[in-house]
Amino acid sequence: MTSAQDTRAGTTLPPGTEGDRPAQGARKQSWRDGVRRGDWRPALLFLSPWVVGFTVFTAWPVIYTGYLSLTDYDVLTAPSFVGLENYQRLVQDQDALRAMNNTMVYTVLQVPLYVVFSLMLALLLNQVVGRTAGIFRTVFFLPSMTPPVATGVLLLLLFNGQDGLLNEVLAWFGINGPNWTTDPFWIKPGLVLMSLLSVGGSVIILFAALRGVPQDLYDAAFVDGAGFWRRTWHVTIPMISGALFFVVVVNTIAALQSFTEAYTAFFGVGNTTYSNEAAELYAIHVFRQAFEFLHMGYASALAWLLFLVIMVITAVQVVVSRRLVFYEGGAR
Amino acid sequence: MTSPAPTSTESVTPTSAAEVSGPRSFRLRRRLSRAVVVVLLLAFSVLFSYPFVWLVSASLKPRSDVFDNRLVPKVATLDNYVSVWQEAPLALWIGNTLLVTVLAAAAVTVTSAMVAWAFAYYRFPGRNLLFGLVLSSMMLPGAVTMIPVFLIWDSLGQVDTLTPLWAGNLFGSAFYIFLLRQFFLGLPRELFEAATIDGAGHWQLFTRIALPLCRPALAVTLLFEFQAAWTDLMRPLIYLRDSSNFTIARGLKALLDQFGFGGEWHWEIVVTASVITTIPMIILFFLGQKHFVAGITTGGTKG
Repeated sequence: MTSAQDTRAGTTLPPGTEGDRPAQGARKQSWRDGVRRGDWRPALLFLSPWVVGFTVFTAWPVIYTGYLSLTDYDVLTAPSFVGLENYQRLVQDQDALRAMNNTMVYTVLQVPLYVVFSLMLALLLNQVVGRTAGIFRTVFFLPSMTPPVATGVLLLLLFNGQDGLLNEVLAWFGINGPNWTTDPFWIKPGLVLMSLLSVGGSVIILFAALRGVPQDLYDAAFVDGAGFWRRTWHVTIPMISGALFFVVVVNTIAALQSFTEAYTAFFGVGNTTYSNEAAELYAIHVFRQAFEFLHMGYASALAWLLFLVIMVITAVQVVVSRRLVFYEGGAR
Repeated sequence: MTSPAPTSTESVTPTSAAEVSGPRSFRLRRRLSRAVVVVLLLAFSVLFSYPFVWLVSASLKPRSDVFDNRLVPKVATLDNYVSVWQEAPLALWIGNTLLVTVLAAAAVTVTSAMVAWAFAYYRFPGRNLLFGLVLSSMMLPGAVTMIPVFLIWDSLGQVDTLTPLWAGNLFGSAFYIFLLRQFFLGLPRELFEAATIDGAGHWQLFTRIALPLCRPALAVTLLFEFQAAWTDLMRPLIYLRDSSNFTIARGLKALLDQFGFGGEWHWEIVVTASVITTIPMIILFFLGQKHFVAGITTGGTKG
């Protein structure tokens, strides 16, 4: 990762850190110089928290989950080895398949909408400057501040079919809104719509990238007679494709792991009001198998499947991006 | 936001080439499109602030009016706030949450900065490999480590205490290590060489020079983690049993289960508790807004 990315981030460094433009090349050099032997001793001192943490809280758990996935384990008695039984069960488990399907539907709906929506807002923000932009940016960020539990509550109140605000608004336009919170078909679109309110972070990332696009490119395109849409498509999008890619990858990973909003709204003690099978996302299914039903071994197999799915999807995105993402200076 | 301030209003708009010649029709069209942009932005602002405004307004309504969708309550009352306070040990929950969030944010900031510093400043064999491990651990779904980590805390007798909610942060966190490393790399290396010649040790380079210069990035890390810990639901669901140990997010979920679904339809209590849960985050955001936004910018575009 070099050039385009570095330049842009360089501009966001605080004043006084000399991250500013011209020193760019020189700075890079100076950090590469001064290799001293024996650096590993102080380095290890500073690294030690991470080394311990990674070993205990990441590496070992990953391996142990792999082992647990081959056992029958309910926390109360010792794990008993069952081979691939959990995986065989997983393939036939309608609930797990439905949960995976729910997550896929949610992700496929959510990520493109989310990215397009944040790009649109970022493009709009980029048309205004100064204080105005600051105020709008803050407003767009507000819902991201609302705790997801509260967002789940809002989902139930604003999206419900009887007296929810959303359907009242739709009614102004003569649209008979669906039961977003009870109709199994509309539950996931409802969750997606609600999640669109939290685009603030992505908007800011894309907005910053837009600010880094050199003005002369626009001027040149303008002189060549390109209108707004053509400039956006042929100049803006390629120039910010690095940031765009980042937003896509991060949000895909997040969408595949979605938990809190759907769990708040559709699961929990005493929640028998809503039919919630359609809202059972994969992460919720894993959580419930592990901590509600204490099927730790089986839940471990489920977790490993999610891990594999996320790795495969991320890898596909990286491969595809090689052809689509443009980095200034041709470096990758 | 510390991205370079545009020198003039026009220079950032894609139409600035028109500025040079600037015939009448151009200027008119520009003014028109500017108006459209502002109207759109205003419309989206309404959309984005509406849910919270609605929540606040609903929390001020008597029980019978909660769902009436009016923005200005017919009758405004603070009764709901009083009854939430009586219904739930909110002060206790907020106290628990504050303890967890402060410890979580402080722990992760200090340790992530240390690790980030090692990756930025020192050259040692295997550095790139290790940093690759840090980055790849960002991709690991929480579900994979959830059960063994639970078993660790269980074996240490820490289930149903607040410890598991923050103590994991004592070991740094990949995202912040990445973020802070980028900031450290932005510091001029000569500074540290000069300090070394003046006799500064490794620890002094870190605490006396690197940390003070990266204060904005550290503030960002604090804020991010504060928010993450404040809103976390999954871990409190896993680790907390007794309601006297609940954090505010876990407590809100409990109130929702009890008063939203559980037969006793008292949504006004759920709504009011949601407002109370949200307000500290909004205050925090306004206080740290500048750093917060700058931090996302750097962390994000570094891809």
